[in-house]
Amino acid sequence: MYRSHVLVCGGTGCTSSGSQLIVNTLENEIKKNGLEQEVKVVRTGCFGLCALGPIMIVYPEGSFYSMVKPEDIPEIVTEHLLKGRVVTRLLYQETVTPDGIKSLNETDFYKKQHRSALRNCGVIDPENINEYIARDGYQALAKCLAEYTPEQVIQIVKDSGLRGRGGAGFPTGVKWSFAAANQADQKYVCCNADEGDPGAFMDRSILEGDPNVVIEAMAIAGYAIGATQGYVYVRAEYPIAVQRLSKAIEEAREIGMLGKNILGSGFDFDIDIRLGAGAFVCGEETALMTSIEGKRGEPRPRPPFPAVKGLFGKPTILNNVETYANVPQIILHGPEWFNSVGTEKSKGTKVFALGGKIHNTGLVEVPMGTTLREIVEEIGGGIPNGKKFKAAQTGGPSGGCIPESFFDIEIDYDNLLSIGSMMGSGGLIVMDEDTCMVDIAKFFLEFTVEESCGKCTPCRIGTKRLLEILDKITKGNGEMEDLDKLEELCYYIKENSLCGLGQTAPNPVLSTLRYFKDEYIAHIKDKKCPAGVCKNLLSYTIDPAKCKGCTLCARTCPASAIEGTVKHPHVIDQKKCVKCGACMEKCKFGAISKQ
Amino acid sequence: MASTISKIPFHGTKEQEEQLMNVIAEHKQDKGALMPVLQKAQDIYGYLPIEVQKMIADGLGVPLEEVYGVSTFYSQFALNPKGEYKVSVCLGTACYVKGSGDVFDKLQQTLGIKGGECTPDGKFSLEACRCIGACGLAPVITINDDVYGRLTPDDIPGILEKYQA
Repeated sequence: MYRSHVLVCGGTGCTSSGSQLIVNTLENEIKKNGLEQEVKVVRTGCFGLCALGPIMIVYPEGSFYSMVKPEDIPEIVTEHLLKGRVVTRLLYQETVTPDGIKSLNETDFYKKQHRSALRNCGVIDPENINEYIARDGYQALAKCLAEYTPEQVIQIVKDSGLRGRGGAGFPTGVKWSFAAANQADQKYVCCNADEGDPGAFMDRSILEGDPNVVIEAMAIAGYAIGATQGYVYVRAEYPIAVQRLSKAIEEAREIGMLGKNILGSGFDFDIDIRLGAGAFVCGEETALMTSIEGKRGEPRPRPPFPAVKGLFGKPTILNNVETYANVPQIILHGPEWFNSVGTEKSKGTKVFALGGKIHNTGLVEVPMGTTLREIVEEIGGGIPNGKKFKAAQTGGPSGGCIPESFFDIEIDYDNLLSIGSMMGSGGLIVMDEDTCMVDIAKFFLEFTVEESCGKCTPCRIGTKRLLEILDKITKGNGEMEDLDKLEELCYYIKENSLCGLGQTAPNPVLSTLRYFKDEYIAHIKDKKCPAGVCKNLLSYTIDPAKCKGCTLCARTCPASAIEGTVKHPHVIDQKKCVKCGACMEKCKFGAISKQ
Repeated sequence: MASTISKIPFHGTKEQEEQLMNVIAEHKQDKGALMPVLQKAQDIYGYLPIEVQKMIADGLGVPLEEVYGVSTFYSQFALNPKGEYKVSVCLGTACYVKGSGDVFDKLQQTLGIKGGECTPDGKFSLEACRCIGACGLAPVITINDDVYGRLTPDDIPGILEKYQA
């Protein structure tokens, strides 16, 4: 028995900010103080508050140390772990109150959250299956095998109202029932962990923090549809997730939760991992299956749907990581427990990856129906540097930008669709007044042009034309009729593309055109970029009244575009200026401005 | 997507070839073996020159054009050798909004190469990547397995210096 546990976040965010070094230093210091029999260090999955990493929590007190540095560790060990005196100075300051320390769940970041899919992330050691079992792990699988028929399992999932968390929101139980209804000598259960939306990292965090929940849910799905083999298709860019999932699969095999005759029920099920190789289109279900088959990951027309003819031509279901993470809890607590949370048509919770211009970058799980305002202002802590909120982008390259006027909209699948965005997998990027919406549309189109697989013409050529028009506008050569062309082309691509990638690729353009048309017009008519992002439309000028002639700007300029003599106002030669902004950054007198 | 055939002569060793043959033998019976074999071949050689693709095609009994088709489809497969230090700039949305475009420009300028290229001494190669999921540290770059976050363009020369020695 240990008297104290130190949980250190080992998610990608905290690992990137050096949490492994924290773990090593901690273990050394604990040894030095002879505490190795009393204090245990556990490397967990993601706590969610990535902006403050590396993060560690000391239990039983629940003291939350943030932005921990290796040099702080000796003090924490001797003061807190040895003498029992919490080092208040190094705690997450929001947990420190005049009357003592408040629990993490009372802080703004956590109090509105409802961690269900993430319930084990940051709580257990993901590389130890016993810790998962101690948190009711594999009980849902046992319950299914012992108490329910496959039909009953599907009915429970249907009744829960669980919808696909990968973005489109198709009812999970219905999907399972299609595959169950098809007779075949072999069926497959697949897990989509090819999290390609830039800025989304929910699935990765679940795999890193609680890999067993996915294994258990896939086995339940296998039992429900009559499949004996599962595949997890995961991005190769997620080395930590791959390593922990592989370990978890091995452990599950060792204790008989995967393999032949699971729990003596006669049910066989095993899982293999397939690594993606960096193709966004492989998040689309038919493309993903083609890729598992070892081919170019190109989508194919549906029907036949995967439930009829999927992987290797056999009936297949494919669900996203977060969808699976909800399943064991639904089986254990019943469908009513799950659908008591959420809105009328979107039940349960949703995990969002908060990023961009926001204080608390990280991972949050909230009930469906939480407003954008609550997420951005309360949980996210608002926008840094006193800037003004401009838009929130959801759904990645398939989604849209939500303006401030919809700040109070309740987030669920249908509401987001109605305002021209979509849930997507859960990336939520906040943009402030310094973000140019035309440039953002262009950014996403650059992405889709690069990632379009090229199989169908509307997507391959259409997105390229969209990008060219956007490029023309951001360079200051746009005409008003370009806006009509953009819109027409967008609808054409949406209606005629083969797969979800092309059908949703125009959304970033359409939503910015809808809510930020004035910015497009400013680029075209006034030849100005209101946010000051599009370089071709910027000009830097020196205010002669403020310039002291210190020559710093002229020395900084990489293009030698600034002329002037000492103690006399300087001038920028607009023809030579490359608009890098270096002069403005260096000027001590605020004499340089951009327009 | 890289689609050019490397002009740099192939320097595969006997040991590498032996490793590759073992990988092929191990996977030959698996369904959909081509991708895992290509991934392991890239681990062995660092990239997938046409010579390696030919060995895989022969070993697995699939046409070379299919091997080439798959190698050029996925951005992770490199047909050209990479630098000793692979510099990768995240151009995911969260990093982009926080200025990773400027960091990328600075790297191109400092290294004197464009994205997808390698410095003439073979020391650094530069590429843009889409979201490594460390959005809390945006903007982020990685150099081999080292991660650098919360960067501004001014940080770049100092970081590169560490690898110059």
